Amino acid sequence: MKSAGEGRQHRAGWAFVAPALTLIGVFFFLPVLAGLVLSFTDFDIYAIGRPDVARFVGVRNYAQVLTNPLFWQALFNTFYFVIVGGPLSVLASLVAAMLVSARLARFPGLFRSIFFMPVVTTLVAVAIVWRYLYHPQYGLLNWALGLAGIGPVDWLGNPHTAMLGIILMAVWKNFGYNMLIFVAGLQSIPEELYEAAALDGASPWQRFVHVTLPGLAPTFLFVGVMTMLGNFQLFSEPYVMTQGGPLRATTTVVLLMYEEGFRWWRMGMAAAIAFVLFVIMLGGTLLQMRLARERR
Amino acid sequence: MSVTARAARIAARLRPGAALAGVLLAGVLLLAGCGGGRGGGRTTLRFWAMGREGEVVQELVRDFERENPDIEVVVQQIPWGAAHEKLLTAHVGRSTPDAAQLGNTWVAEFAALRAIAPLDERIAASRVVARDGHFPGIWDTNVVDGEVYGVPWYVDTRVLFYRRDLLAKAGYDSIPGDWDGWRRAMEAVVRAQGPGRFAIFLPTNEYTPWIVFGLQAGSGLLRDGDTRGDFSGPAYRRAAGFFLDIFGHDLAPAVPGSSIANLYQEFERGTFSMYISGPWNLGEFRRRLSPGMQGAWATAPLPGPRGPASGVSTAGGSSLVLFRASRHPEAAWKLVEFLSRPEQQLRFYALTGDLPAARAAWRDTALANDRNLRAFETQLGRVVSTPKVPEWENISIKLQFAVEAMVLGHAPADSTLAGLDRDVDRILEKRRWLVAREGGARR
Repeated sequence: MKSAGEGRQHRAGWAFVAPALTLIGVFFFLPVLAGLVLSFTDFDIYAIGRPDVARFVGVRNYAQVLTNPLFWQALFNTFYFVIVGGPLSVLASLVAAMLVSARLARFPGLFRSIFFMPVVTTLVAVAIVWRYLYHPQYGLLNWALGLAGIGPVDWLGNPHTAMLGIILMAVWKNFGYNMLIFVAGLQSIPEELYEAAALDGASPWQRFVHVTLPGLAPTFLFVGVMTMLGNFQLFSEPYVMTQGGPLRATTTVVLLMYEEGFRWWRMGMAAAIAFVLFVIMLGGTLLQMRLARERR
Repeated sequence: MSVTARAARIAARLRPGAALAGVLLAGVLLLAGCGGGRGGGRTTLRFWAMGREGEVVQELVRDFERENPDIEVVVQQIPWGAAHEKLLTAHVGRSTPDAAQLGNTWVAEFAALRAIAPLDERIAASRVVARDGHFPGIWDTNVVDGEVYGVPWYVDTRVLFYRRDLLAKAGYDSIPGDWDGWRRAMEAVVRAQGPGRFAIFLPTNEYTPWIVFGLQAGSGLLRDGDTRGDFSGPAYRRAAGFFLDIFGHDLAPAVPGSSIANLYQEFERGTFSMYISGPWNLGEFRRRLSPGMQGAWATAPLPGPRGPASGVSTAGGSSLVLFRASRHPEAAWKLVEFLSRPEQQLRFYALTGDLPAARAAWRDTALANDRNLRAFETQLGRVVSTPKVPEWENISIKLQFAVEAMVLGHAPADSTLAGLDRDVDRILEKRRWLVAREGGARR
């Protein structure tokens, strides 16, 4: 039985949350709903001038997306990035976090800042520098490979290596962000666990596997899901470095969506691509959470 | 103590409600002081321009402002790569400028969007702008459904740049006017130059020549009132066949533009002797080729399948347009007229190298005495517009992929062109529905 005081508390609670909920409702859920409705129409450049010309086409946009070979190419490229670049990025962040948090490390604050700097550097400036690094004749990377006796590679011009080039640049640019999260996670593991393990005669590797990794499990889940979500939405790096080429090797789903929506103004089609991507990302997230639960 | 600190002390002593009212009042007065400061009749015009033209036009408008002290012009410079999107977004967001530079292949699209205003009445009443002061083919790109939507600002087309000396060595003192003669000249040049050399450079990523060849062969590129693709039609197939043959006989290297490290170096070395390009390369050739080479190259109008008259080229360039949503159309039109004056066109040419749209400007000594501009003037008299459909940019990207596939031999020409037509038909589906619905060409 609810008392009058409880009722007042409920109302007060709703009143405090209402402004934030309204904002989220108006600026997030309403546009997403509008996008969903848009994806069932063929709203395009003709309809911008005269809205009555937009037709309701049901699932035709979705059918066209799923039968478009370019979409499957973009999906393949995106999955390539997620499956290769994701773990690479998380590994680099973990290694950097461990180096910075090691007891023997000097100037940890300075190194944390240095490793974080790529994250805050402008992407366009970074892309220009990395394009020089990747230059087939004068690039630093090919020069280094030449020292090892490997012939020059046309990183951004060869369809087979272009995505790898983007992955390397993206990992370098973004590992600092997850590094900070891992540092926080590492600091939350009690020191006594390490001491106890050392007393029991555990080697550094055993301490890592049996103390650090389990202690970082919730951090891994968070970093894993966030990195995966971000990687599925890869857009700016291919847009700036290769414009989706060569031969569509670096076209990602979001880049395709941008082309359909803002180059050709086929908004209905772009909305359909967005929702297809949403379903895929939802599936990926649920899978990760299921795996995390089973491990526990 | 500063004004703000004193105000804060006073506000802290008052009751919260009064303090809040005081802050709001102060804020309103401050904002009122910031805006609306502009005096009575001064009009502010917003003008958008792209690339180098955007930089240069800022100088030209100073004189316009001096002539019209009650008008202020704010020039917004936009990079070409983002211009199309920015203009569309501005139209959708109802924040279009008063006037803008618009690539003339986009005029039809923005007219379809009802973003830009028809100018027939203004042109009829104008003493500066008139139809016969311009190249007919260029003027035509601005005419949509019988109404004029833009005034040509500068013009652009493609001509042949070639090595006079290497052609002379092969026994030709000029470029033949028809395709067969041109082909024989190419073969002669390659024979005279020896192995490892080519006659012409046709980069696989440049699709403009492939539009030109189709237009020359008499293909409309689209058919049925611009609602279906015509790339697998006989005229386009003939053009494609002629040029694929050039690659097949090693008269041109099958590579994209980026794979040649320095175009100008290779032209000077004689790796290739001919190149189809536009007016910007006049300045570039003068700057980048060594001084000894300056007499060795020349320009010529493009040869056509049946002789010089059929050697049409693209009608490129930019127009000046007025946006429907503008609140100062008269002042904006004055700016358009100002930029169309022959002396302003010549100033513009001197600063950018962009060819003037006003034919009167071509009689000036600066242009009349330039030997290499002759070819451009002749070619501008033989230009044809590409189909004026909003989807054209999308279609030209598809054409680029098809050209790449054909030239590199990924697929035979006939099936590639048939596939291209299928893609184009799919892109034009909405247009077909609209045309059928309205029972005619009127959009």
